[in-house]
Amino acid sequence: MSDATEAGEPAEPTGSDEGGAGGRRVRVVLVDDHRMFRTGVQAEIGRTDITGVEVVGEAADVDQAVTVITAARPEVVLLDVHLPGGGGVEVLRRCSPLMADAGNPVRFLALSVSDAAEDVIGVIRGGARGYVTKTITGTDLVDSIFRVQEGDAVFSPRLAGFVLDAFASTDAPPVDEDLDRLTQREREVLRLIARGYAYKEIAKQLYISVKTVESHVSAVLRKLQLSNRHELTRWATARRLV
Amino acid sequence: MPEAAAPPLDAVRPLRKLYRSGDGRWLGGVARGLAGHLGLPVIWVRLIFVGLFTADGLGALLYGAFWFFVPLGIGGVDAERPPAAVTTDTSPDGRRRLVARKPDKGQIVALLAMVVVSMVFVGNVDLDGSTKAYVVPTLLVAAGVALVWRQADNARRARWMAVGRRRRTLTLARSAAGVLLVGAGVSGIFVLQGSAAHLGAVLQAALAVLVGIALLAGPYLVRMTQDLSEERLMRIRAQERAEVAAHVHDSVLHTLTLIQRNAERASEVRRLARAQERDLRVWLYKPEGTGKDEDEEPDTLAEAVRHSAAEIEDKHGVPIEVVVVGDCSLDDRLTAQMQAAREAMVNAAKYGGEGGAVQVFAEVEEEKVFVSVRDRGPGFDLDSVPDDRMGVRESIIGRMQRNGGTARLRAVPGGGTEVELVMERTATT
Repeated sequence: MSDATEAGEPAEPTGSDEGGAGGRRVRVVLVDDHRMFRTGVQAEIGRTDITGVEVVGEAADVDQAVTVITAARPEVVLLDVHLPGGGGVEVLRRCSPLMADAGNPVRFLALSVSDAAEDVIGVIRGGARGYVTKTITGTDLVDSIFRVQEGDAVFSPRLAGFVLDAFASTDAPPVDEDLDRLTQREREVLRLIARGYAYKEIAKQLYISVKTVESHVSAVLRKLQLSNRHELTRWATARRLV
Repeated sequence: MPEAAAPPLDAVRPLRKLYRSGDGRWLGGVARGLAGHLGLPVIWVRLIFVGLFTADGLGALLYGAFWFFVPLGIGGVDAERPPAAVTTDTSPDGRRRLVARKPDKGQIVALLAMVVVSMVFVGNVDLDGSTKAYVVPTLLVAAGVALVWRQADNARRARWMAVGRRRRTLTLARSAAGVLLVGAGVSGIFVLQGSAAHLGAVLQAALAVLVGIALLAGPYLVRMTQDLSEERLMRIRAQERAEVAAHVHDSVLHTLTLIQRNAERASEVRRLARAQERDLRVWLYKPEGTGKDEDEEPDTLAEAVRHSAAEIEDKHGVPIEVVVVGDCSLDDRLTAQMQAAREAMVNAAKYGGEGGAVQVFAEVEEEKVFVSVRDRGPGFDLDSVPDDRMGVRESIIGRMQRNGGTARLRAVPGGGTEVELVMERTATT
């Protein structure tokens, strides 16, 4: 497992660094069946004194992940979508009590190379707070980890595209108007994410605050997770055929 | 439909085996199958059968024999009928399968006509009274046997379709009906022979023998079918494994070798890795696209965007991330928009590639198509570009305007340039 090299070192991150800004620390568990990838991510983000991210555990399959997460109680889990033993969705299912814990919730950020819509939508529906692709840069990943830790949602451009696509088809009447439709503003925000804008840029573009952007994105995530529309799953499957 | 692009059937089937046609048939598909086999128009074959039918029902006998013994197959389609008529669909796992077709009108008419004609025929045939009495039971037996035998056809078709789509109950009901018909026919014959008194005893004895056989052979048969299906599964798995291995060997290993050779040239390594990644993604996640060559001309908007992005990525070594929402087919105006988008991507890759990946977003809406291409380069000011530099003005802005769309270039707050292209969609699409 992790050899926590940190051990109360007083060296605080330089204030300019995005991730470690304000001296925050976040404890992370890495779940991925590729040891090489775990090592790479660990090297990129696990320099605790610089990034503020402390990797407190690693796991390579579903059973191991559940054990490690339960024992380490991290704030954020970086979760691979494809895992032996049932995949990321299974980890989410078995860790749902930890996610629901109001005092010290464990939050999940899906991290995958997969390009398939149903993989992505699957983990999001399973309760993950966001999804990023493995090509993401170290800085962006650290940024995403902090955002998830604060309870925010993290959408990659691709995920935003998937969501826009899924909510675009209006052939079936929505079961719940509030959940099954995106508001105009949410749609705008998603479009800008899909176009590669960062939250700050979106805020500037739409003349709103970053906080408002965050709340729009969180609202979309909630709709995605709670939405009754069964065609979401169907859409994800059909998407492969397009 | 990829079927439309398939070469003519004769070219791909050097070994012409006679099959009954499962497609576009009226009755058993015999005529169509024969026509395909002999290279004759179907209507000729059908006329010949009708002609033979008048000769003491020889046609019917022949037809029946063919129906019985020739296996059902796909194809056997006559030349002028496009092969696309075979209805296929793609299941979620990407495999093609035949779609169960509802019998069309022609089929029902043909069936009815056949029943009427045979009634008349049977009525007209001059048989003496005692023989005539056997006609009905014989027909019953024949119908029962046909019903059960045709089951084989359905089993065959079910294999083309997704496994388990046909409800088992239907199969059972069918077999039961067949057995019942045969039983009734045989009993009828017994009754006519006057041995009805012994019928009960005979049936009991027959039943006992059947049960005995079932007890003896049952386990063996079950075992055999299990073994067979297991073997088939293993074979399919082995085949899939071989396919994966072949692909990995052909493309991935080659790319890795090339990367090792070009290790000191970072841009080349990146280019190779990106190209391979794209290729592998298409292969893994889009089973539909596997047969499609990248060089083929794209015919939908999403394909066109991805196609251009891939080419430019290869050429300039700058990663281009593409997100497409919705899709539609290309018309003249959208083609123009795609050309403008391509130009914008080239510019972004050339002048803004150092800042990171170029991001392309295309959305197909009800009434318009929106495309945005953004880079994170040093930025670009249209006013500062001398008038003689026609690249942007002509091939992006001018092209869009000529085709009734709009193009907008602007600096992004966070750095870089974004090109926005909007084109109205034609009402018909």
